[in-house]
Amino acid sequence: MAARALGWLAVLALIAGLGAAFGYAPREAVQGNVQRIMYLHVPAVLTAYLAFALVFLGSVGYLLSRRAGWDRLALAAAEPGVLFTGITIASGSIWGKPTWGTWWTWDARLTSTAVLFLVYVGYLLLRGMVDEPDRRARAAAVVGILGAANIPIVHFSVTWWRALHQPAAILGPGSAPMPLWMKMALAINWLAFTLVFAYFLTRRMEIARLEQEA
Amino acid sequence: MSAYVRRAWMVAWKDVLSERRSKESLNALVFFSLLLLFVFQFALGPERARVEAALPGLLWLGFILSGLLAFGRTFLVERENDCWEGLVLSPGDKSAIYLGKLAGNVLVMILVEVVLLVLFAVFFGLDFTPVLPALAAVLALGTFGLASVGTLFGAITAQMRARELLFPVLLLPAVVPVLLASVSATQTVLAGEPLADAAAWLKLLAAADLVYLVVGVLTFEFVLEG
Amino acid sequence: MIQAEHLRKTYGPTAVLDDVSLELSTGQGLTLLGPNGTGKTTLLRIVATLLRPTSGSLRVAGADALKEPEAVRGAIDMVGHGSWVYEDLSALENLRFWAAMGGHDAGDARLRAALEEVELDASADRRARTFSAGMKRRLALARVLLGRARLLLLDEPFTGLDRAGRKWLSEFLLSFKARGGAIIVATHSFDTGVGVADRVAILAGGRIVLDRPAAALGLEDLRRLYDELAMGPGTAS
Repeated sequence: MAARALGWLAVLALIAGLGAAFGYAPREAVQGNVQRIMYLHVPAVLTAYLAFALVFLGSVGYLLSRRAGWDRLALAAAEPGVLFTGITIASGSIWGKPTWGTWWTWDARLTSTAVLFLVYVGYLLLRGMVDEPDRRARAAAVVGILGAANIPIVHFSVTWWRALHQPAAILGPGSAPMPLWMKMALAINWLAFTLVFAYFLTRRMEIARLEQEA
Repeated sequence: MSAYVRRAWMVAWKDVLSERRSKESLNALVFFSLLLLFVFQFALGPERARVEAALPGLLWLGFILSGLLAFGRTFLVERENDCWEGLVLSPGDKSAIYLGKLAGNVLVMILVEVVLLVLFAVFFGLDFTPVLPALAAVLALGTFGLASVGTLFGAITAQMRARELLFPVLLLPAVVPVLLASVSATQTVLAGEPLADAAAWLKLLAAADLVYLVVGVLTFEFVLEG
Repeated sequence: MIQAEHLRKTYGPTAVLDDVSLELSTGQGLTLLGPNGTGKTTLLRIVATLLRPTSGSLRVAGADALKEPEAVRGAIDMVGHGSWVYEDLSALENLRFWAAMGGHDAGDARLRAALEEVELDASADRRARTFSAGMKRRLALARVLLGRARLLLLDEPFTGLDRAGRKWLSEFLLSFKARGGAIIVATHSFDTGVGVADRVAILAGGRIVLDRPAAALGLEDLRRLYDELAMGPGTAS
C-alpha cells in the first residue's frame, strides 16, 4: 500500500521535474538547450552516491549482524545504483557530443563515474556467481565496503590525473552563480530521482525477501 | 613475538618455503614477464622512442598483469592441499593470515618487478640506476596497494569456479587509483625530476594503501569463513 | 560439551539436516552412523563451526557456536576429509606450522616427540608429498596431540587404513577419551566406528533416528537396525 503511494508520488515528482527542466527553467546562455541535460545528469549521480552509501551500510550491517535484511538492502540499492550511474555516464556523454564534438572525453567526473560503474557492475557479477546465500552476502559485503571506501580515492586520483592534461569540463551553467529557477528545477528533479530510487529500493527488497522465504 | 605476529610470520614462511620447493609460480611468473616484454614491443612497433614514451605505463601494465596471475593464486596452495578448513579453524584473529599472505604476495611482486626492470633495461637499452632509489619508493607504495586489494579479493574468489574471470573483473576497477598514481609518479621519477615533485601522488598512494590495508584487516575474517 | 537443538540446514529447497538434536558430555565418545550423503559431514562441520545451520541452536565447549565461533574453535580439533597437509613441507614443518597456527607453539623436540608417538619419526623430514593416506592421517593426529582440544571430530577416519592402522587409531581415540576428551566419529562403515563409542547415533534422512548407549543394544541388533534404516524409507528425503 505504502509502496504504491510512493510509486505514484515518484511519478508525480518526475512529471514536475520534467516540467521544471523544460518549462520554466531558463535557457542557459552559453550552451543552449543541451545544458538542460544537467537536470538528468546531476540528480542521477547524486542518487547513485546515495545508492552506494546504502550498499556500504547494508554490507557493514550484514557482516556485523548476519541478518539477511541488511544483505537485501545492499542488493536492492546496488542494482538501481548501477542504473543511475549508467544514466549519469550516458547523459554526460550525450551532453559531450554537441559541446565537445566527441561522445567521450576523459573528463574527471565522467571518468570517476565510469570507474564507479565498473566497480559496482563487478559487485553484481560477483553476486550472480555465488549460490550459497551466506557466502554470497559476505563476499559481496567485502567488495561493497572496499568499493565505497575507494570512492573518494578514485575521485581524487582521477581529478589530479585530468588536471595534468586538460582543464576540467564543466557540466553546468559555468562559473556564474546559478539562477534561482535553475536551482529549483535541479532540486525538484533530485527529489524526483530520490523518490524513484526509494520506490525501486523498497520493491526490490520485498522481492528479495519473498525469494528467500520461498 | 606475540602470537598474532607469529601466526602471520608462519603463514608467510610456509608460503615462501612451499614456493621455493615447488618453484611452480615464480618460474612461470618470471617467464611471463619476459613474454610481456616481447608482446609490448610487438604491439608498439620497432621505434624505440614510442616505447620510451610509454615506459611508465608499460611498466605498470606489466606489473598489473603479473599481479593478476600472482594474486589470483594466493590461496591455491590451501585449495590444492585441502588446508583451507585448517586455517578457518585455527583460533585467534584471522587477519594475521591476511597479513602473512600479503607479505608473501608483496615479496613475489617485488621479485617479478625487479626481473621486469632488468629485462626492460637489457632489451630497450635503458639505464635505471640514476633514479633507482626514487623508483624503488614508487614501486614499493604502488605494489603494496595492488597486493593489499589483490590478496583480499584473491581470498574472496579462491573457492569459486569462476575465479579466473571474476578476479580480474573485481580487482582492476578497484586498483585504478593505484595505477593512476603509480604511473604518474613513475613518469616524474623516470624524467629525472626529484621525488618531491611527485609528492602529491605519493601521499595519495600512501593514503590508499592505508585504506586498503585497514579494510583488508577488518574484513578478512568474514572472507575466510566457510 | 555439546548441546545441539533442532539443527536444520537447507540448501535451497533441499534439507540436508532436518531437526537434529544431540548431546555429548566430556569423556564421551559418539559414533555417528549413516550412509553416505545423509548429512553426517554437514553435521560435523556445523559442530566444528565451519558451517552455519539454517536454524537451531548449538553450544559447544560452553560457548554459543553461532555467536562466538572463535571460542569454540580453540577447544576443538578436526580430522576430516582434507588432511591439512602441505605437500611441499616435511612432516616436521607441517606440524610446526599447525602448532603455531593453533596457538600452541612447540620446540622441535616436542614436535619430534609427537611424531614419534604416531610412529612418523622416521619420516619427520621427508616431504609430505610422498606420504600415504594413512601417514597423512597420523600426521593429523600428531597435530591433535600437540593441541589442547577437548573435543575431537573425525570424519571417516578409518577409511584407507589397514588392520594395524585401524587398531592403532582406536587405541589413540580411547586414550584421548581417557584424558577427558570427547569424540565424535562419523562413519558409514558399521564395523569400524563402533568400538570407541559410548553411544551410537544413526543419521538417516537428515534426522537422528536412533541414539542409544552402545552397551544397551547388542551388536547384531544394532547392525540389523542400521541396515533397515539405511536401506529403508528413512533415507528418502
